[in-house]
Amino acid sequence: MDQERIRNFSIIAHIDHGKSTLADRILELTNTVTGREMRAQVLDSMELERERGITIKAQAVRVTWKGHELNLIDTPGHVDFTYEVSRALQACEGAVLVVDAAQGVEAQTVANAYLAIENDLELLPLANKIDLPQADAEGAASELAGLVGDTPDHVLKVSAKTGAGVEAVLDAIVERIPPPSGDPDAPARALVFDSSYDQYRGVVAFVRVVDGRFHAREHILAMAQGTRFETEEVGFFSPTMKAADTLDAGEVGYIITGLKDVAKLRVGDTLTTQARPASEPLPGYKDVKPMVFAALFPTDSDEYPQLRDALERLRLNDASLSYEPETSQALGFGFRCGFLGLLHMEIVRERLEREFDLDLLVTAPNVAYRVEPPAGEWLEPTVAYNVTTPAGDVVEVHNPAEMPPERERVDEPYVRASIVVPKDGVGQVMELCTDRRGRFDHMEYPSPERVLLVYELPLAEIVFDFYDQLKSRTSGYAGFDYDFAGFREGELVRLDVLVGGEPVDALSLVLHRDEAYARGRALVDRLREEIPRQMFDVPVQAAIGSRVIARETIKAKRKDVLAKCYGGDITRKRKLLERQKAGKRRMKQVGAVEVPQEAFLAVLNLNDTKR
Amino acid sequence: MSGHVRHLYVHLPFCAHRCGYCDFVTVVGREGQHGRYVDALLAELELEHGLLAERLETVFLGGGTPTFTDGRELRRLLAALPSAAEVTVEANPETVTPALARLLRDAGVTRVSLGAQSFQPDLLRVLERRASPAVVRRAFYHLRDANFDNISLDLLHGIPGQSAAALAADIDEALALAPEHISYYELEAKQGTRFAHAHGAELVRQAEAMEGYFDLVVERLNAAGYRWYETANFCLAEADGRDLRAQHNLAYWLGRDYLGLGIGAVSTLGDQRRRNAPRLRAYLGSLAGREAPPREVEALDARTRAEERLMLGLRLDTGLPLSEARRSVDDDALGRVERLGLATLSADGNGRRTLVLTPRGRRLGGAVTVELLA
Repeated sequence: MDQERIRNFSIIAHIDHGKSTLADRILELTNTVTGREMRAQVLDSMELERERGITIKAQAVRVTWKGHELNLIDTPGHVDFTYEVSRALQACEGAVLVVDAAQGVEAQTVANAYLAIENDLELLPLANKIDLPQADAEGAASELAGLVGDTPDHVLKVSAKTGAGVEAVLDAIVERIPPPSGDPDAPARALVFDSSYDQYRGVVAFVRVVDGRFHAREHILAMAQGTRFETEEVGFFSPTMKAADTLDAGEVGYIITGLKDVAKLRVGDTLTTQARPASEPLPGYKDVKPMVFAALFPTDSDEYPQLRDALERLRLNDASLSYEPETSQALGFGFRCGFLGLLHMEIVRERLEREFDLDLLVTAPNVAYRVEPPAGEWLEPTVAYNVTTPAGDVVEVHNPAEMPPERERVDEPYVRASIVVPKDGVGQVMELCTDRRGRFDHMEYPSPERVLLVYELPLAEIVFDFYDQLKSRTSGYAGFDYDFAGFREGELVRLDVLVGGEPVDALSLVLHRDEAYARGRALVDRLREEIPRQMFDVPVQAAIGSRVIARETIKAKRKDVLAKCYGGDITRKRKLLERQKAGKRRMKQVGAVEVPQEAFLAVLNLNDTKR
Repeated sequence: MSGHVRHLYVHLPFCAHRCGYCDFVTVVGREGQHGRYVDALLAELELEHGLLAERLETVFLGGGTPTFTDGRELRRLLAALPSAAEVTVEANPETVTPALARLLRDAGVTRVSLGAQSFQPDLLRVLERRASPAVVRRAFYHLRDANFDNISLDLLHGIPGQSAAALAADIDEALALAPEHISYYELEAKQGTRFAHAHGAELVRQAEAMEGYFDLVVERLNAAGYRWYETANFCLAEADGRDLRAQHNLAYWLGRDYLGLGIGAVSTLGDQRRRNAPRLRAYLGSLAGREAPPREVEALDARTRAEERLMLGLRLDTGLPLSEARRSVDDDALGRVERLGLATLSADGNGRRTLVLTPRGRRLGGAVTVELLA
C-alpha cells in the first residue's frame, strides 16, 4: 500500500471515558467485524481485561476507510502503563484524545496528552458521550482545546455509544493525521512495539514497518539482541490474524517468528533482513526502570519452577516486568519483582494466580532506594557477611532486607503527582498529601468546578493505599497520575521483625522514622496473635538496627497431650498426630519457630492497609 | 493348637443413659437383648479362640457400662471367659451394690475401674452422671468390702465450670479413698457432640485457666506417693512387689497384640488391625449364624507400627526403646527435643537406647511426638 494512504493512530483516554467503545464503533463502521461477530470491547481479549474494564496489552487492528488503510494501535489507560502507552505511540503518527464530556479533563488525560506531544503526534481532541444528559460538550471542548493548544471548534463531538459523529472521526484521521514517511526502497527496518507468545507458533512480534518491506520465509535479524530467525508468516489483525504477502513501509502488522524462547526477542528491538541488513537500528525505547518492588513466593515451595516459568511467560508480553531470584529464610525460594506501579503489581499477581494457577505470598511493596553506606567494612546482618564500600559509593537497594544497617544517606524516589479534584474536595486531598509527606507545588483551575493540584510525594507513600484514600476522601471523584521526579534524601530507617531472635527477612520494611514505632507495634501485635504457642517462649520484636522498639512474648505451651489412648483409639489418635505433622510441614521455619503461612499473610495484609 | 495373643478385651455396650460427653460405642435400652448379646460374644470368642494363647495375662470388660448388664448374663459371661492374672471390669458407681461386688469377686474379677469422674454434685450434673458423690464413695466401700484390693478411680479434669479449687477438692476426695490406681483424663469435648454444643463456649473461655489443671493433678498425686506411669494414669508404688499399673492397658502402650470381642471392638493382630462394626443388630445376626461380624480391616505396615510405638511408648515413664520405633523417628528432631530439655536418651539395663520424656516433655507429650515423627 502506498504510504500516502496509510494512517497509524492510537486512542488515548482516561479510564472509562469510552476508548474501547469508540474502537468497537470504528470496527463496525468500517465493516471490519460484522454485527454477528461484534461483541463489546472486541480488542480486550484477555479475560482479566474484560473483567476489570481496562486494557493491559497494546494491540493493532487494520481497518479500511474511503480507500485508506487505518491502523488502530490500542493502548492501556492506567498510569502504571505509561510506558506501554509511549511504546504504542512510537508506532503512530497521530492520536485521538478522548474525554468524557460529562467528566471533563482528568489527570490521566493530561499525562497522556503530554506523552503524545512528546512523541510529536498529531492530536485529535474528542469529547465523547455527548448523548448523556449531563454531558457538557462545549465545556469539555474548551478544556481540551486549552490542554492541547487548539480551538474548541476543532474538537470532535461524538457519542461512541450511539455512533453519532464517529464517521467524522474517521474522516479527521484521514485528513489531519500525517501519513508515514519511511523509505520504501531502503533496507527493511521494523520496530517491535509489542509481542505475544502462542504455544503452537512461538513468539509473535507486533511491528511497525518503517522502511522497506518484509515477506514470509525470509531470514531476519533482530539488531539489538542479534537474534536470527526465519519469518513463518507476516500479516495483520482485522481483527483476527490475516496472513499477507508482505508488510510494507508505513504498515503495522505481525510477524510470526517461530522463536520458542521468549527471551530471544525484546520489545523495542529493530528487525531487518539478513539478506540486506540496515546499517542503523531505529531509536529504541528508553529502558523503563521499575519503581515498585515486592517479592513473590509460591505458597507451596514445590511450585517454584512453575512460578519461574510463569514469570518468563509474562515477561514476554510485559517487558516492564523485571524479576530476579530471591531466597528468604522464612519463605523459601521466590522472586523479587519490579513493577511500574501498584496496579501493575496486582495485575501480574492476578495473572500468575489465574492463568498459571499459582498460589502466592507477596511481600509488602517497597520502592527503590539509593543508599550511601558508610565507608569501610560493615557487617550485613541478614546475609551475615562483611561488605566493603568505598566512600561516596551509592548502591541501589530493591529489598528492605538488603538496606545497610548504617548509612551516610538514603535517597528515595519522588513523584510529581497531578491530582484533579472537585473544588470542595481540595481541603481533604491537601490534608492527605501533607500526611504522606507531600510538598505542595502549585494549583491550576482547568474549569470552574475542578482544581488541578500538583504535589511532590515520596513514591513510597503512594505505593500502599494512596489511591484508595484519595478516592474515599473525594467520593470517587479525584483523578490521579504521576511522573517520576527524581531521588531525594529521606529520613528513612529499616525496620526488622525478629521472631525467636531471628530476623524474618521477608518482613523487613524501610519507612520514615516517624512511622517506625506505630508500625513496629502493629506488626509485633499481629504476629503475637497469629503465631501459635510453641514448646518454648518465643519473643517477637521489631527493631531498628540493634534497638528494639516493640516486643511481645508468645508464652510456651504448658500442656499438649492426648488425654487418653487405649486399644480402640490407636488408629484415630495416630491419624490425628499424622495430620498435625502434616500441618507442621506446611509451616514456615524461622529459626526454631514454626510460623503458619497465615501469619505472614496477616502481616502482609496489615501492610496493605497502612493507616 | 493355640495362638499368641495374651490380652482380651470384651465390649459390653449397654448403658442406662448416654452421658453427653461420651464417645464410646454404647446402647441405651434394649434390656431384653443382654442374653442374646452375651451369646453372640461367646460365639465370637469360639470363632477367634485359636488366636489366644494357652494362658492369658489380662482380660478387660469395658463399655458401655459392663455392670449395667443383667447380673445373670454378666455372671454367665465371666464364667465362660478364659481366666487371666488380671481381670478388670469397668463399673459405674450407681450400679455397684454389695451383691454386684460379690458377684464380680466370685466370678474371678481381680480389679475394678470405677467411673467416678468427680465428687462435685454440680459437675456431675454437667456430665449427666447419675451418681451423687455419696454414691461414688459408697460404691468404693462396697468393692473394698468384697475384698477388692486393686481398685482404680476414673476422674476428669477440665469439666465446664470446674474451678481450680473444685479440682483440688476432687483430688483430696480421691486420695481419701486410697485407690490403688487413678486415671485422670482431660475432658475432651468432641466436636459435633451435644456436649460440645452446650459447653463449648464455656470451655473456650476457661481454656487458659485450665491449662494448669494437668500440672495440678500430676503434682498432687505425685506428692501423695502415686507414680505417674502413663500420661493420664497413676498408681501406688507398692512395696510388696505388686505392680499396680493397669496391666491390660500397659499391653496397649507396649505395643502388644490384643483381641477385642463385641460391637465396635478393636483387635490388633500383627500387621492387621480390625474393628467390628458398631452395629448391634448386624453383630447379633452374624454370630447367631456362627459367622464373623462385619468388620473394617486396616493393614499396619512396619512404618505405621513404628509410629504407633513412638506415640504410645512416649506416654510411659519407662520411655521407648528406640530400636522399636527407629524408622519413625526424625534424628534432627531428636536432637532438638533433647536440647529443649523435653527428652533424654539413655541406655537401659540391657544397653538398649531408651527415649524418655522429662516431666516437662510429658506435659507436652503430644507436641513432642509430632515433632519426633519422621
